[in-house]
Amino acid sequence: MAYPATYRFTKDHEWVSAEGTVGTIGITDFAQQQLGDVVFVELPAVGANLSAGESFGTVESVKAVSEIFSPVSGTVTSINAQLATAPELINQDPHQAAWLVKIELADPGQLAQLMDAAQYETFVAEEAH
Amino acid sequence: MTETAASAELRRTPLNAAHRQLRAKMVPFGGWDMPVEYSGIVPEHRAVRTAAGLFDVSHMGEIDVQGPAALALIQHTCSNDASKLEIGQAHYSGLLTPQGTFIDDLLVHKFADDHYFLVVNASNQDRDFAYLAANNPMGARVALVSDAYTQLAIQGPRAIDILQPLTDVALSPIRYYWFTMGKVLDIDAIVARTGYTGEDGFEIYFAPEHAERIWGALLEAGRSHGMIPCGLGARNTLRLESAMALYGHEIDETTTVLEANLGWICKLEKAEFLGKDVLVQQKQTGLSRKLVGFEMIEPGIARDGYPVVADGRTIGHVTSGSPAPFLGKNIGMAYVPMACAATGTEIGIQVRTRVVKARVVATPFYRRPKA
Repeated sequence: MAYPATYRFTKDHEWVSAEGTVGTIGITDFAQQQLGDVVFVELPAVGANLSAGESFGTVESVKAVSEIFSPVSGTVTSINAQLATAPELINQDPHQAAWLVKIELADPGQLAQLMDAAQYETFVAEEAH
Repeated sequence: MTETAASAELRRTPLNAAHRQLRAKMVPFGGWDMPVEYSGIVPEHRAVRTAAGLFDVSHMGEIDVQGPAALALIQHTCSNDASKLEIGQAHYSGLLTPQGTFIDDLLVHKFADDHYFLVVNASNQDRDFAYLAANNPMGARVALVSDAYTQLAIQGPRAIDILQPLTDVALSPIRYYWFTMGKVLDIDAIVARTGYTGEDGFEIYFAPEHAERIWGALLEAGRSHGMIPCGLGARNTLRLESAMALYGHEIDETTTVLEANLGWICKLEKAEFLGKDVLVQQKQTGLSRKLVGFEMIEPGIARDGYPVVADGRTIGHVTSGSPAPFLGKNIGMAYVPMACAATGTEIGIQVRTRVVKARVVATPFYRRPKA
């Protein structure tokens, strides 16, 4: 699966895409492959404040619990309610339908500090080796 | 996520290359480089419940106990009553400390009056062997023979139909927890109707040089029956749904046979065995805690080690917790005080920052339909 060219990525395998001051956050295809079948997702409440690099939720497979770290800081404006009943969406469409939260970005400048798609692809190639 | 650094020191079963060729996800387990999943824990788990699965369990240890004192050594060190076994029969047992707690759990197979074959956990095998040797004043001949065997488990309702064309042994007459010697393909094997999944099935033992041939033949024969290769991930969820203990989780050197709800393998009427005094005492005075099964009644997944809470206090810990892929529930096992051990009791599981409600339920969680 290709990593969308307009997204930014973290070393913890989250992605963020920004439109104006709205950021959408999810986990990458590499992350879902490592996790296996996702069976449970725990997300913050609307209004919660996320800090870059801090845990804001968990994604669980049958075998493991994985924390999700926020790529950037901001305030949660909506969560993907579909994941409560269909957590397997994360395996099926991690970069689109299975977005986790939308936030109002506190500082759009933080995006520039993250990896672009090409850099992330190189990063996971090394990690997988 | 990356285990490459550690994997150099890990032991490999003769099927390591075969697992990698099948693109299994490999993990370190008990000192071995083992497949945790191939197609995924959920499809593998379901295949075993509805069709069949093939497991490489060659990491398990095997110990031969022979000589006129063989039975005496097993009777002295193990909780079950091996004098009741007939030739060709096996049973589940505990290798006990003098405190009535577990050095290991194991299967005891009776080959002959003076020959027993023990199957033990991978990570405990060296310790088990040393413990048997150290508690053997009767002079039985004890040998660690793990390197002489590859062990495969064919588990699920279709296992018998898959294995039968490949063996000269008539499988149908073999009763549950009985075994026989025969050929699989043209290779000498022990064929036992045992398993760790809660399904009907077989565990076969044979010389490692034939591992790839038999593995390949079984996979091929099983394909049309819906059999798939299964890893340790599904093995764990299958045994948990069946409420079978896993060493290091439900049982260890701090848990007695009775606390672990394994009174059925603890034959206190035997003349003598290590830990008997403590267990007799425990039975008389009553237990203070007990292993129970629970299911989550609010959204959340219990995991190994999570605290069990009641009235704001920690009253125990989860020994194993996981989604149950066939039941579609989140289940677990835990030691709790007797006051909280009754079926139906509501308990809390501390899931990170939240306390999630759960209920004590009867075990096993899953019982296979009668054939």
